[in-house]
Amino acid sequence: MTSMLKTAGLGVGLAMMLATGAMAETKLTIATVNNGDMIRMQGLTADFTAQNPDIKLEWVTLEENVLRQKVTTDIATKGGQFDVLTIGTYEVPIWAKKGWLVPLDNLDKDYDVDDLLPAIRGGLSMDGKLYAAPFYGESSMVMYRKDLFDKAGLKMPDAPTWTFIADAARKITDKSAETYGVCLRGKAGWGENMAFLSATANSFGARWFDEKWHAQFDQPEWKNTLDFYVKLMKDAGPPGASSNGFNENLALFNAGKCGMWIDATVAASFVTNPKDSKVADKVGFALAPDNGLGKRGNWLWAWSLAVPSGSKKTAEAQKFVAWATSKGYLNLVASKEGWANVPPGTRTSLYMNPEYAKVPFAKMTLDSINAADPVHPTVKPVPYVGVQFVAIPEFQGIGTSVGQIFSKALAGDISVDDALKQAQETTTREMTKAGYIK
Amino acid sequence: MARAIPLQRRLFMTILAWAAGLLIFFPVLWTVLTSFKTELEAFSTPPKLFFFDWTLENYSIVQERSNYLRFASNSIILSVGSTLIALAFGIPAAWAMAFQPGKRTKDLLMWMLSTKMMPPVGALIPLYLGFRDMGLLDTRGGLIAVLFLINLPIVVWMLYTYFKEIPVDILEAARMDGASLWKELVFVLAPMAVPGIASTMLLNVILAWNEAFWTLNLSTSEAAPLTVFIASYSSPEGLFWAKLSAASTMAIAPILVLGWFAQRQLVRGLTFGAVK
Repeated sequence: MTSMLKTAGLGVGLAMMLATGAMAETKLTIATVNNGDMIRMQGLTADFTAQNPDIKLEWVTLEENVLRQKVTTDIATKGGQFDVLTIGTYEVPIWAKKGWLVPLDNLDKDYDVDDLLPAIRGGLSMDGKLYAAPFYGESSMVMYRKDLFDKAGLKMPDAPTWTFIADAARKITDKSAETYGVCLRGKAGWGENMAFLSATANSFGARWFDEKWHAQFDQPEWKNTLDFYVKLMKDAGPPGASSNGFNENLALFNAGKCGMWIDATVAASFVTNPKDSKVADKVGFALAPDNGLGKRGNWLWAWSLAVPSGSKKTAEAQKFVAWATSKGYLNLVASKEGWANVPPGTRTSLYMNPEYAKVPFAKMTLDSINAADPVHPTVKPVPYVGVQFVAIPEFQGIGTSVGQIFSKALAGDISVDDALKQAQETTTREMTKAGYIK
Repeated sequence: MARAIPLQRRLFMTILAWAAGLLIFFPVLWTVLTSFKTELEAFSTPPKLFFFDWTLENYSIVQERSNYLRFASNSIILSVGSTLIALAFGIPAAWAMAFQPGKRTKDLLMWMLSTKMMPPVGALIPLYLGFRDMGLLDTRGGLIAVLFLINLPIVVWMLYTYFKEIPVDILEAARMDGASLWKELVFVLAPMAVPGIASTMLLNVILAWNEAFWTLNLSTSEAAPLTVFIASYSSPEGLFWAKLSAASTMAIAPILVLGWFAQRQLVRGLTFGAVK
């Protein structure tokens, strides 16, 4: 009998010990996208778990659109499935306004919030509070083939104009040799062709909406933009450009088929990587083009980490966010994988670092990010925030519809005038329905 | 053999059958081939069919990055679990509809099928809220319940059509001999319907295995099946086709093997009743 009691007591004690052990360990579920920097971070988390042995990390990596759908469902219903979210510059202001994100106001002094690049920080803040911490930031710029430029007797200026780009593209194009002067996005989608076209339109002085939220596709600036784009792509673009997005253009450029490619700064590390690119040693960089109106056609985006208000582990989640976006993390990546692989575009101190300055695309990335202003994206005043998007919930739908129309214009199915007319009608209808236009 | 088919015609039919087979199989073959290419070759134009540098790199990357076995075991549990439950409900239901039809049986069958006509996203938010409140998000139990319910109409329909082919006189004869309902189901109906039940089961395992909408939306990590595993290899910025193909090949391999072994049952089941 006593031995039985003893065994029972031992069992209870053991169970209690196990229970407290299990309770002390907190599991953070992190939702993230599949891109190089994020995958690299998953491999380096031993550093974080060594500092915080009581926190366990569970990664959920998903394709961008699937992630957006899932995370939006979860956050809107306060499902609490995630403790840390990877979200873009588009979502942060909208979600912060709805109260879906926890403000990051417990960051300690070492974190040095003031070190974050002002353009990026501005896009992730509301009423002076930071709602997401940038993991990496990107803008867009011109990537070009130095050898093809030399052959054509051209010299790329650091800050080219659209006229120069168009002339150069037409000169370089040799369709019989499958060399195309310029590869640009044409695949429909608010984050695909409309990211490029909205940013380009800014440099032509166009805007999505006037101060009263009236669509502006009936204005001459948009006509100039779309005319220029469609003609240039017809003369100097690859065939089937209306189905090319980031990855398709990356593949074309890496295979040596594009003279120029204007796209995300993050592409720089792909096109200069000899393992993936046939032209790795022949690539030069320049700022996104302008039209002499004081605005360049470059965008601004940051993949950022945020804590949803449905999470029950906000303190631990903030700890992780702080670690992943800290100066220490940048040094950790540099020590393990070299400076070229450090997530770019978040901190001023990184660009002060003489070691990082040796990376060929470092300066151009910083200059491009600094040249973008999400609050004053174009020449005329606008009622919205965002360079290559409009930070309102309706934009995903409207942007994709307009993107489909413009993609059709690029494919030659409809004329530029018809495309603009349809875009104007669609946007006006949606904005009236959503109550912006009274 | 009653009549010899001319060689020419036989040859023609053989070639036609092979061509049709290859055409249907081509996407799978292309996925498997791509999984052995480098990312740059996966994207190359013109595409390379067989002559490229074969590499296992993608498989080692996928192995390193994700816990394949956890995803695969979840897939097995979800697909087999939901199918067994669906059969447990479907066999009696189909029996009743086939052999004891009421006035509204046809309407009932149509109504069941009509639930498959609604786009699933329409029910996402209510179901998500229900799952949240019942604590079923990211649990195998919750996903089995959903997969069972969405496949139940198909199970009942398939079994119903098979059962309809079985002469009701045989069952009546069993009843005359004093067999109880249970005995009638187990010893008379079941053996005759085995091919039908087997092919229903297999088809439903495949459907549940490939179901991507609900499994992606209602699971995160603990209950996540292979669909989630595949989705993690698609990337907005960066080349991913070769790695995605490797992940897809790994995800379809088990079900492909199962299909291979069950081929005879499947064909027998699918053509069941076609020739009387």
